[in-house]
Amino acid sequence: MVDSNAITLQLKDIRKAYNIGLPAETEILHGIDLIIKRGEFVALIGPSGSGKSTLLNLIGLLDKPTSGELFITGQATTQLQDRELTMLRAKSIGFVFQFHNLLPEFTALENVMLPMLAARGRPDEAIGVRAAELIEQVGLTSVGKHMSNNLSGGQQQRVAIARALVMQPALVLADEPTGNLDTQSADTIFDLLRRVNQTSNTSFIIVTHDPRLAKRCDRIIELVDGRIDSDKPNVAES
Amino acid sequence: MNSIMPFEWILATRFMREARMQTLLIMSGVALGVSVIVFISALIGGLQTNLFRRTLDFQAQIVILPPKEVSRSLRQAGNGKLATLVQPRAQRIQSVDQWQKIMKRVEKMKSVEVVSPVVSGSGFIVRGEANKAISLTGIEPDTYLQLIALRNSIIAGTPNISSTDILVGSDLAKDLGVWTGDKLNLQTASGGTATLIIRGIFDFGNSGANSRSVFIALRTAQSLLNLSGGVTSVQLNLDAPFTAETVAQSIQAQTGLEVESWIAANAQFFSALEAQSMSNNVIRFFVGLTAALGIASVLVVSVVQKSKAIGILRATGTSRRQILRLFLLQGALTGLMGSLLGAGAGWLFLTVWRNVAINDDGTQLFPITFDPMLFVYAAVGATLVGILAALFPALQAARLDPAVAIRG
Repeated sequence: MVDSNAITLQLKDIRKAYNIGLPAETEILHGIDLIIKRGEFVALIGPSGSGKSTLLNLIGLLDKPTSGELFITGQATTQLQDRELTMLRAKSIGFVFQFHNLLPEFTALENVMLPMLAARGRPDEAIGVRAAELIEQVGLTSVGKHMSNNLSGGQQQRVAIARALVMQPALVLADEPTGNLDTQSADTIFDLLRRVNQTSNTSFIIVTHDPRLAKRCDRIIELVDGRIDSDKPNVAES
Repeated sequence: MNSIMPFEWILATRFMREARMQTLLIMSGVALGVSVIVFISALIGGLQTNLFRRTLDFQAQIVILPPKEVSRSLRQAGNGKLATLVQPRAQRIQSVDQWQKIMKRVEKMKSVEVVSPVVSGSGFIVRGEANKAISLTGIEPDTYLQLIALRNSIIAGTPNISSTDILVGSDLAKDLGVWTGDKLNLQTASGGTATLIIRGIFDFGNSGANSRSVFIALRTAQSLLNLSGGVTSVQLNLDAPFTAETVAQSIQAQTGLEVESWIAANAQFFSALEAQSMSNNVIRFFVGLTAALGIASVLVVSVVQKSKAIGILRATGTSRRQILRLFLLQGALTGLMGSLLGAGAGWLFLTVWRNVAINDDGTQLFPITFDPMLFVYAAVGATLVGILAALFPALQAARLDPAVAIRG
């Protein structure tokens, strides 16, 4: 038995189908069982079409499973309404996407503030302080006041990571965070994620195609055709 | 972002500021619509006020007349069949019964401003070989001049007449080749005749009135029309002209006399004004609709353009309600800002119009009413239109599936 306090995420027989009831009905995920413990740094790999993104959307509460149970820090989520899902998502989950992570209308610093702003309703001092802190942590203090679309791809991803962390989530979901970066920037981003993971005890799930990066995670889960094909600790790293 | 604006306001204003061209175009559209509404409303309002004023300048608001003389049909008792057919009676000149009493009674009514007795009839003016049919009005200048804007129409002499004086219209004076101080001979069908001195010449801006109407003293008219001590009507004005019909009806109920208000007398004029007001409303409605469609279409496009941003916002803790409010707010702000711009532009048009549309003598072609409340109404109305227009796009944005929006 695992200590329930130490469990960040638990999936019980999660299934997801599209076009339900139509001739074109297709099940993407065929019963996923998964437990992610606090502070784990997990790589999610698998070929295109294996259901990685679908799984990530379900975990991120952006989508609802057709059946099964999903717990975030012990809380059941499948019965929740949009309002409660939004609150839980804001509080517990940080996102880093591959593309179009930031709102171009805002500066880097403002992008980091947005999740806190949405939660609190209006700006206050604490939001600014927290955002500045995180921008410093990702090493972008000098460009914090630049409009986000004037930043390089690597810088944008670092801002996205700062934003993902602003609410001190239990879990960060990163969908190919280094997918469109050169090797050097990719390493910087990865190192940053790793460092945050070690200092904050936040769990990470990182979807990646890059075997080099996957090998630097604690645990590698491989998804094939909507099933977990393999799930093993990364011996080399741990 | 160190403002005190709520989250949705910050987003809405930033989105609008960054989409400069779209914002500018749609706001100009709304502004144009609002300025048209402001301009047309002021113009029509001014026109109507002016028409009312002109009508009321030359006409008492309420006229009390003797009841019409009617021949009674003889009926056989019992079955109600007509025993004889009787011709309708020709109406002779007749005095208002007990008119002094009625005047006193009417004067005491709260809303009544001024009451004046009038004797009117027809006659001829004879001068040398010339002979003109006229309609004569016997007045008491003290009260009658308050009733009707005769004083302002005097182009020569004075309207204050005594029993040997007469006021004639400018056309009549020209036809007869007379001017103030000249004498005229006035005759009536009942055989009355008087020689009167022209005390004043008026111009009502209407050649019919200018060539036919003459004003003489009440007593002179009474004797000329063989109506000693009587008057053919009692005329009055109220402090609120638009209550004339109800007041007229209550006087009629109290006295049993024939009472006519200017509203009933000008029924056709009123229906024309109503049609004008209605066409004004139709214009407003369609301009509003056009503005609404413009705002809606800009926002629909904006929702599509911003779908990724909406997805990211939703993923990072922005609720559906907040997204809904974000887009409703953009609609409201577009409406409000557009209407303020438009009200300003409308005001500018009006000012220019005031200086351009003037008569040769420097007076305005017709004065424009300039109701500041119109601007308030325009702002509130346009804001509401903006919110309504934003409703569909905002719902669309709120319903956006974040997973799809981010991926797409």
